[in-house]
Amino acid sequence: MSEPARTIRQLHAAFTASAISPVAVTEEYLARIAALDPKVGAYLTVTPDEARAAATAAEARYRAGRPLSALDGVPVALKDVFCTRGVRTTCGSKILETFVPPYDATIVARLRAAGAVILGKTNMDEFAMGSSTEHSAFQVTRNPWDLARVPGGSSGGSAAAVAGGLAAGAFGTDTGGSVRQPAAFCGVVGLKPTYGRVSRYGLIAFASSLDHVAPFAHDVADAALLLGATAGHDPLDATSVDAPVPDYVAALAGGVAGLRIGVPDEYFGAGLDPEIERAVRAAIEVLRDLGAGVERVSLPTTEYGVATYYVVAPAEASSNLARYDGVKYGLRVPGGKDLVEMVSRTRAAGFGAEVKRRIMLGTYALSTGYYDAYYGQAQKVRTLVRREFEAAFARVDLLAAPTTPGVAFKHGEKADPLAMYMNDVYTIPASMTGLPAISIPCGFNGSGLPIGLQLIGRALDEATLLRAAHAYEQATTWRERRPEVA
Amino acid sequence: MSAFETVIGLEVHAQLATRSKMFCGCPTGFGAAPNSQTCPICLGMPGVLPVINRRAVEFAVRTALALGLRVNPACRFARKHYYYPDMPKNFQISQYEEPLAEDGALEIEGAAGPRRIGIQRLHLEEDVGKLVHEGAFAAAQASLVDYNRSGVPLMETVSRPDLRSPEEAAAYLRAFRAVLLYLGVCDGNMEEGSLRCDANISLRAPGSAELGTKVEIKNLNSFRNVQRALEHEERRQAEALAAGGRIVQETRLFDADRGVTRSMRSKEYAHDYRYFPEPDLVPLKLDPAWIESIRAALPEPPRARRQRFVSQYGLPVYDAQILTQSRALAEYYETAVRAHDNPKAISNWIMSELLRELGGDDDAAIARTPILPGHLAALVRLIDGGTISGKIAKDVFARMLASGDDPDTIVRREGLTQVADAGALEVLVDQAIAANPKAVADFKAGKTAASKALVGQVMKASAGRANPGLVDRLVQEKLSRM
Repeated sequence: MSEPARTIRQLHAAFTASAISPVAVTEEYLARIAALDPKVGAYLTVTPDEARAAATAAEARYRAGRPLSALDGVPVALKDVFCTRGVRTTCGSKILETFVPPYDATIVARLRAAGAVILGKTNMDEFAMGSSTEHSAFQVTRNPWDLARVPGGSSGGSAAAVAGGLAAGAFGTDTGGSVRQPAAFCGVVGLKPTYGRVSRYGLIAFASSLDHVAPFAHDVADAALLLGATAGHDPLDATSVDAPVPDYVAALAGGVAGLRIGVPDEYFGAGLDPEIERAVRAAIEVLRDLGAGVERVSLPTTEYGVATYYVVAPAEASSNLARYDGVKYGLRVPGGKDLVEMVSRTRAAGFGAEVKRRIMLGTYALSTGYYDAYYGQAQKVRTLVRREFEAAFARVDLLAAPTTPGVAFKHGEKADPLAMYMNDVYTIPASMTGLPAISIPCGFNGSGLPIGLQLIGRALDEATLLRAAHAYEQATTWRERRPEVA
Repeated sequence: MSAFETVIGLEVHAQLATRSKMFCGCPTGFGAAPNSQTCPICLGMPGVLPVINRRAVEFAVRTALALGLRVNPACRFARKHYYYPDMPKNFQISQYEEPLAEDGALEIEGAAGPRRIGIQRLHLEEDVGKLVHEGAFAAAQASLVDYNRSGVPLMETVSRPDLRSPEEAAAYLRAFRAVLLYLGVCDGNMEEGSLRCDANISLRAPGSAELGTKVEIKNLNSFRNVQRALEHEERRQAEALAAGGRIVQETRLFDADRGVTRSMRSKEYAHDYRYFPEPDLVPLKLDPAWIESIRAALPEPPRARRQRFVSQYGLPVYDAQILTQSRALAEYYETAVRAHDNPKAISNWIMSELLRELGGDDDAAIARTPILPGHLAALVRLIDGGTISGKIAKDVFARMLASGDDPDTIVRREGLTQVADAGALEVLVDQAIAANPKAVADFKAGKTAASKALVGQVMKASAGRANPGLVDRLVQEKLSRM
């Protein structure tokens, strides 16, 4: 059972030409999910009834010649971190196993307004804390390229859904690389926009200053389309940026001639898989051949990225997750003799080990007497990293680097939390600076596992980022390869 | 008590009278059905984000300017963490290191003249919900939470430890409340919790520059309780120190029924609030032009108005103080005086009659008054012009209160016009003299007070409508001619 290699744009064109109906396409995806997802484990919740209703409505609009947008009738998947009105939203955690939000996240509302068909909610590391989707409280997600391997994380379910042909596009969240890393592992495009470009309202917070809503797609143009449908100021998110949203799809043309691309030395150091280095350097040569200027740059603070991130993110998480206490929604473990015992028992039973570890780390980092040494210091380092990137972007238009130091690993392979954390070494800097970054397929290793090229751009300049990514993609054939889930 | 000097500082939380909550659009009204004024944001649902209520910021800036605080060009919100079920996120969005405004003062009337009480800071935060226990707290099998109050804007003002007695503390709170009412930023209703007060109190040797160990007292929900609680605590600490004991730094709760404070939690178990800047809100930058426009629109402060009432209207300080308790009342008074120039008489009517009937002096109470200021002025004009007597006027006042009608209409409709026609009164005086030979004889025998009995008879015969001054003159004339 193979997915017809169709992009969102091709679907829209086919719907418009009445070559195929949105209902038929939705049925096709639902059938693929029913047949293949037991192997992949991408979805936590499938919503066939809602999907069929949305597809039927889309079909009527196409028939009337009035589709809502280029996304009308397109089946997409959402990481289970986005609140969906009336549909259970677990965040991959036992503590929210029964939580049914009474409201839609802004991106969900925007997708619905664009006519998108939501197929369901995808698996994730609990509260988006992880890089393998092994820390979900409910199930393991497998990489469609090799079911023995992880899809990456924390948005592994969404990445696997797109890679495995179980959705035409998907949304995840990227806090330290949680979209770019699984995109690289699963051979799809993952686009983390500028912090504030897409509203976080309704995204269940992990680390507020680092969380980004980010799409997965089969190709760059689809990613541009998904970003365009969801970007823009939201009065419900005080950190959302009030800036015009360009037509990202229209901005794809133009190539990279004249663009200056910086290659940071620190992203090619010890720990980088030589096969990945070869693929990424080859990709940079392709960009040079297309007319881009390539130069070495240095980002010396890169080595502090992981340490800084693992202070800031847990600190914010310890605060954001304080609300899960068994009082208002979600899990409550009864039988405690008083309030403190009820809250303790609920949190002890409701959170997994990784979440508890980060709550403890974060609580410590914010404690009186330690705040300055940890959280305060981390914020200063963050400022230095930001300045360093600003200085680099005075010289170059884009940075090119690997997305991850290694390819998709086997389940259980990285049992040591620190080894897991090091997976994010190349993705964390763009998270901490809020700069837009994209991961696109740039080859396969000897075992046929995908490799990701990461491009990082200037704040709010997703258009240039997408244009360069698109130029590279069009000059290569990696996107044509799809995994065969059997 | 003279062995020690008392040092008090107050933290006052005022609910701002905005229509919507601090970080969401829910209404703020008091007394609605439990949890009927809530949304995902003030319920702390997963995924929600706060958005600052601009009106609340405006109210805080207004207060800060009125109290002479420096409004910071940029301020920040911070999260304050502790677990309690009335707080849905288990953190409160407040302000910590970068408050909205700093360094101001409030002048109060101390026992020995005016005193300037420093105000350290003013900041914004969100209120928490309310727990309802089934039965008594200790025996309750379950507790319910009402989140209607959750997210209501609160303005916290922290005084410097400049207050020297429980009376001064109460005076500070009264003066502070008057400022809030003036500015229209808070309804000042302590019973409904719109204004709440915590007090820090310590004792030290007179003249000492060091502060003693302080105790924080919570649950002070009226002016009277602030004073009572502090008086009790002052006594308790003085006795402990005099006996050679030491004061434990702790939080104590005032038990209003028994008039004592008791230990709630000691600082050894103090929370670590783990403050850090609220990452969901960007720093709040205030446009200087906006601040200036708020300053330009500030009403005359209560203290200045009080002084002006004394100098301009010749009122006693006591009258001026009462009449300036709220802006609405002061404006009511001035409107009335503009309509009829008898400041003292109008003040008397307001203080002795109107306020008693209204049961409050706040803006809402004044707004509910059925008697318009112009009508009260007209009533005093009728008395001054001799149209009605003071006694009849009280009757007219009662009718004004009941109907909202103007006094001229009432007097005309009810035929209450004072009988000031000497001819008509003469008949009544003659009748009274004829019917009371004993009073006449007493008067002749030198008991001049006996004439009062005759005046009373005439007034009674006229059903109170006779002009008492005229009757008195006629009685005197007739008797002296006899």
